[in-house]
Amino acid sequence: MQEIEKTLRSRCAELINNGTCDKVIAWDRGEFFYDNSPATFACADCAQKLVYDCFCGANLSKYLIQYAKEGKTAVLLKPCDTYSFNQLLTEHRISRENIYVIGVGCDGMVDIDKIRAMGIKGITAVKEDGEDLVVSTLYGEKTVKKADCLLEKCVSCKSKKHYVFDELIPEADGEDVKENGRFDMVEKLEAMTAEERFEFWQEQLSKCIRCNACRNACPACTCRKCVFDNPHSGVASKANADSFEEKMFHIVRAFHVAGRCTDCGECSRVCPQNIPLHLLNRKFIKEINEFYGEYQAGETADQRGPLVNYTTEDAEPTAVSDRGDN
Amino acid sequence: MKKLAVKDLNKFFDAISADQLLYMPLEKGGSVNYGIYSRGDKYDPTVLHTVKSVKDVFFPQCESMASFVTAGKKFEVAPIAPVDQSFTVFGVRACDVRGMEALDKVFLSDPVDSYYAARRAHGTVISVACSAPEETCFCTAFGIDPTNPGADIQAVIAGEDILFSANTEKGIALLDKVADLLSDTDDSAADDAKASIKEILNKLPLADIDLSAWGEGKTEELFDRPEWDELCKSCLGCGTCTYVCPTCQCYDIRDYKVGDKTTRYRCWDSCMYSDFTMAAHGTNRPDKKQRFRQRFMHKLVYFPDRYGMFSCVGCGRCVAKCPVSMNIVKVIKAMGGKNNG
Repeated sequence: MQEIEKTLRSRCAELINNGTCDKVIAWDRGEFFYDNSPATFACADCAQKLVYDCFCGANLSKYLIQYAKEGKTAVLLKPCDTYSFNQLLTEHRISRENIYVIGVGCDGMVDIDKIRAMGIKGITAVKEDGEDLVVSTLYGEKTVKKADCLLEKCVSCKSKKHYVFDELIPEADGEDVKENGRFDMVEKLEAMTAEERFEFWQEQLSKCIRCNACRNACPACTCRKCVFDNPHSGVASKANADSFEEKMFHIVRAFHVAGRCTDCGECSRVCPQNIPLHLLNRKFIKEINEFYGEYQAGETADQRGPLVNYTTEDAEPTAVSDRGDN
Repeated sequence: MKKLAVKDLNKFFDAISADQLLYMPLEKGGSVNYGIYSRGDKYDPTVLHTVKSVKDVFFPQCESMASFVTAGKKFEVAPIAPVDQSFTVFGVRACDVRGMEALDKVFLSDPVDSYYAARRAHGTVISVACSAPEETCFCTAFGIDPTNPGADIQAVIAGEDILFSANTEKGIALLDKVADLLSDTDDSAADDAKASIKEILNKLPLADIDLSAWGEGKTEELFDRPEWDELCKSCLGCGTCTYVCPTCQCYDIRDYKVGDKTTRYRCWDSCMYSDFTMAAHGTNRPDKKQRFRQRFMHKLVYFPDRYGMFSCVGCGRCVAKCPVSMNIVKVIKAMGGKNNG
């Protein structure tokens, strides 16, 4: 990763110097080593400060809506982020000609909370060492397997291949990950009785604090004014006034992004209460795959999603009841 | 000072909760928040912070204030009375104890908030010293001593034992109530435990954060600083920082209508939201920069101006939870100060 970071810094400086772009959206060093923040770098010298390591989980594509309106913007996108980029293009939220996409290689991003959950406290540094992470703490040093500390979205990574780019760093692109197991937990939930499933979601969704981090981070949630923020909508709610409301918010949101959600996993990554929100979206993706044939939102920028398209082969609405779901 | 074996904590909880509600950090669905203890629930002393602070007990995220029922031509208003039963809160950290002091300044000064005041009057708070502070902690920068957390009763875990000392009348009364479970011990019993915590505190990376750029009277100096433009850029405008914060106290009042019944409730609001303080003319902070700036200016300038104390307590929750890691520490440092480079 350190090699890539060096290359990225000099390449981004070069792109600013030669006029390809006037700014780069990338990650900046945080207060610690694990809390990199999305940031814009608007000069060649500034670009020397950008960071690329295993703590760059944040998907930068949504920032383009706001920051790539003027001038030419370069952006660093990991393979999973490129789906979101294409989806934003499909929905005319961003203009391709204003943006220079640097596809960056990724071998999985680390979730600091997973390291903490192992009982490792007071973390002061994490170094990648092959398949291991060496964690320094206020209380001594520990070694853990990187695979055990990956962000949820990286555990079930669907592709190491970039679906849109102007150039790649490193040059060699990865492949799709066929056996990613991303529907395993959805299948477990499907196998539950309706009561068990209700209990599962009740427990998870009742933790929701209505901070809207999931919505605000979601590259598919791009409404100029969200219905839940609109005091005139009649459903604007800043808190869950009852247990119905906490479910309604997330279910409405999952319906709204159905067919457009690329499964980038930002919703679950940003949730302060660790609600596995991605499972709702994956359920929709799985259903769409079953009813309309395999479909991956954001694979290209010119496809009509199955829910906004019509073909004579489309599933009849009775398909669900015929299937006998509980 | 009183002593109890940590393994016997459940007896202590059972005794307290026999005739009152006991709130404490409880795990639910993988996250730890304040919840109501029921027999058999486990307290995990290794969890430093709950996601939502103890604020949620005294100033709940959502609470009903009145209900209105329409029946034919009749219209009934039923106000919901403030809490009138005693309760206890266990496991509060020093930063949250200070956070309650900040909330007291707001809600207990004129006009007194009757809901909050009733909970403060009926609640007994047992704090627990932090045995393993995290790298995100910077309470010491605000003069907080996490080994002496204060509140009605303060507790320190020392090896196999938990040691209690009462600081107030309410605290003495509660320890008397469970006196059968406790044994006397020397006041110095906690010294070793406190000394080893202090050693860690000195090593905390944010311990020497310099707040001299902030405080009373700094509005003019800081309000138009160009740094705000860059700082706010990555902010998503979500409410995570405000909702996990132990001192953010802004709220909204809304109606929730189901059929003939309307419930008027109040809920936490967030200055990060686009409809925050929406008035007839619209909102007075129409863009992200203004909203972002408001939160930090409120904590570090306006609150000190009005109440003589910072309303950040250095708990580090926002540092750990911000989805894009844009937090108060970065903002504090961006405006200058020694060691803040």
